[in-house]
Amino acid sequence: MSSMYEDYKPEWKQKGIRSPGRIGSIRLFFRYLTLLFKAQMQYKTSFWLLSAGQFLVPFTAFAGVYFLFERFGTIQGWTFYEVALCFAVIHMSFAISECLARGFDSFSGFVVQGEFDRVLVRPRGTIVQVLGSKFEFTRFGRLMQSVMVLVLAISGGAVEWSLLKILTLLLMIVSGICVFAGIFMLAATICFWTVQGLEFVNIFTDGGREMAQYPLGIYPKWVLRFFTFVIPFGAVNYYPLLYILDRTEGSAFPYVLLPLAGIAFLIPSLLVWRMGVRHYHSTGS
Amino acid sequence: MNRSLTNRWYAYYAVFRLRMVNGMQYRAAALAGMATQFFWGLITIMVFVAFYTHSGANVPMQIEQLVAYIWLQQALLALVVLWIRDNELFQLITSGNIAYELCRPIDIYGFWFAKLLAARLSAVLLRCIPVTILSFLLPSPYRMTLPPNGINALLFGVSLLLAALLVIAISMLIYISVFITLSPTGSVLVFGVLGEFLAGMIIPLPLMPEWLQSVLMLLPFRWTADFPFRLYSGHIGVQEGLIGIGIQIVWIAALVGIGKYCMWRVMRKTVVQGG
Repeated sequence: MSSMYEDYKPEWKQKGIRSPGRIGSIRLFFRYLTLLFKAQMQYKTSFWLLSAGQFLVPFTAFAGVYFLFERFGTIQGWTFYEVALCFAVIHMSFAISECLARGFDSFSGFVVQGEFDRVLVRPRGTIVQVLGSKFEFTRFGRLMQSVMVLVLAISGGAVEWSLLKILTLLLMIVSGICVFAGIFMLAATICFWTVQGLEFVNIFTDGGREMAQYPLGIYPKWVLRFFTFVIPFGAVNYYPLLYILDRTEGSAFPYVLLPLAGIAFLIPSLLVWRMGVRHYHSTGS
Repeated sequence: MNRSLTNRWYAYYAVFRLRMVNGMQYRAAALAGMATQFFWGLITIMVFVAFYTHSGANVPMQIEQLVAYIWLQQALLALVVLWIRDNELFQLITSGNIAYELCRPIDIYGFWFAKLLAARLSAVLLRCIPVTILSFLLPSPYRMTLPPNGINALLFGVSLLLAALLVIAISMLIYISVFITLSPTGSVLVFGVLGEFLAGMIIPLPLMPEWLQSVLMLLPFRWTADFPFRLYSGHIGVQEGLIGIGIQIVWIAALVGIGKYCMWRVMRKTVVQGG
């Protein structure tokens, strides 16, 4: 039965062309982006209102943090500016990741409506297509807010900056993006089995963000362990932060390189995703 | 008694019951939501415990009262937050199907009010009991406590019901605003996020600075969440509680009045363009 399909070759393949007008995945992704951007800019008022709303979400969270510090002074020896730095890094990672991996975040729609069938018949990878399916430009409002918090934290003078520390900070942000993207991807993979999206995944995305906006050291030990070894938020946001704030002893390198663990989190996520794709049964709608 | 009046209340009740039964169907969603809220409550309490450990005795709220506040927030989330929305109503407005609603021999404000109230009550009934039971079983700093006395418990019950009515009265204004803007996402997001903060859902009102607290006392939002939660733990006494319940009733009357008037205004101007 299967040989029948293997024998089939479309016309362009018979002529020995690898694929008609094939462009690289990165370029394809940017084409998706320009399309989506043009589409979203058709509703300009809605766009700006949504961006303003997205700005407000972490803004009220940050106002809460500020008021708590105004009342209590410190949280277990951490000052306001130190926590602000922590807050800025995790919210920035979250905002960028939510922009990029929004397609995975709302993936259940793909499965419910049977759209994933269309993804599978196209001669491109599934990941680039899902990534390119949605991109929330309004999340820039969220990003702007965390940039402002970062500027505030840096101007607070809690850190003596060096080149290595700046590099560590950048690594932390990139690594945070990867961890959140990995979680979005794992959550999307679950949809292959459950069809509907599951709200409890929010525990790891929204909950993880909420939790890691404070240094993880303030929580009970088991929480720190779970969020270091199972989902590596500690490697993204806590241990490197200790180095940036000069709270470490001995060699700096383990702390600087630890964010790589967050990037490595993508590997199992990708493997699980491929497993899910192989398991996919269309809902038929 | 006037026959048409009893009929109208019966219609509201029928809508209410239909929505309740409908909302009770989504058990898996409720289960997932509960897990999220339970976890969320735990993180929030951990942060407050960390703030409290080295702060000495000078705190505006005992940790037990704070913990009860957080658990009530989480258990009653579906009842008190403004960002829950009924997309069906938005679609009615933006698609023009509102015309069908206008054909019904029933006042549209009351009809939608009953619909929204039922949706929230069914969501909260499914979710609040397990979260509350779990919160009573937790070890010491995280454990939920009972109200200090029967009167506070009773007042809490009354104020919570009024809070639900007040939340619906506020959200009706959001729905009505969509008649003018025709795009729900922006206004709901801004209303929802600000309302959440102003109701004390991000940090409890007593932990905010004095100036902000006195501003919030003048707005309707804190009467929807902060007030009943503090009545529960006895942070607000009986006398203040009774006055507060009076204020809640005044707010409900005022906002329902404004809502009905605005609804009447936009309805007069609504043009349904075929389709």
